[in-house]
Amino acid sequence: MWKITILANPKRFLDLSRAIIPWTFVAAVLLLATGLYWALFLTPPDYQQGHSVKIMFVHVPAAYMGIMVYGVMAGASLTGLVFRHPLADVAAKSAAPLGAAFTALALLTGSLWGRPMWGTYWQWGDARLVSELILLFIYLGYIALWNAIDDPQRAAKAAAILSLVGAADVPIIHFSVDWWNTLHQPASIIRPGGPSIDRSFLYPLFIMMAAYTVLFVWLWLLRMQTEIFERRARTLMLAKGA
Amino acid sequence: MADFLAMGGYGVYIWPSYAMSAIVLIAATIVSLKAHRSAKKAVRQLEEESEREEGEMR
Repeated sequence: MWKITILANPKRFLDLSRAIIPWTFVAAVLLLATGLYWALFLTPPDYQQGHSVKIMFVHVPAAYMGIMVYGVMAGASLTGLVFRHPLADVAAKSAAPLGAAFTALALLTGSLWGRPMWGTYWQWGDARLVSELILLFIYLGYIALWNAIDDPQRAAKAAAILSLVGAADVPIIHFSVDWWNTLHQPASIIRPGGPSIDRSFLYPLFIMMAAYTVLFVWLWLLRMQTEIFERRARTLMLAKGA
Repeated sequence: MADFLAMGGYGVYIWPSYAMSAIVLIAATIVSLKAHRSAKKAVRQLEEESEREEGEMR
């Protein structure tokens, strides 16, 4: 009986993801190889920033993923709260550590770019930097909450609420560069009038963003499978004990 | 080659940023793959056990 009620959707997900996972891995490797080669060997030095602009190709994709993954996580959390879809909690929980990793990378690479361009690794007065750091803390709090509550259903609910409250930080990150006068430059891709970055930088940047996206999808599907296996193992253990 | 590594003096910032990205993403991959493998194995073992028990009951 438990097979039908608990595993109906996860079973379908497992079949589907098993078919997709190898392709996402291949696509991620190809995109990363192309993007890295283009970024490192084929882009000219920037007329203002010199070669330091090369940090952009690992910084912008990481920052973009930090926010995108948060959107995925909050969206899945909302779905879990409203429709009680069994996969929604799994999807949200599996995405969080990946989002935290991308956000940490955005902060680290940004700091390494800031030193030569602004003369400092970090500035507490910069709204973009601080709101991005808060995003990392929200991710870590979300992960900690899942670990702190034993009952998976209660943990899912509490974590989902935290992720929805924390979603307020996302627009603050995006608009921080317009609302406050900061070190960080204003938006140069998602802006009225289109991107202000030269095409010679924009194409490899988009490839790197696509590479990070596909890499995330690959790891996310793997982690969702892992979570489903772990839940199934727990159910089987309980059945054995009974 | 030396020119390429120097990156006009910015190499000391560029290479650590690429290295950190590689380390974090490779670590995320290894951790995810390891957890996947062990969870899959645990389920398979438990399923085999429960099938054996069902067989014995009959």
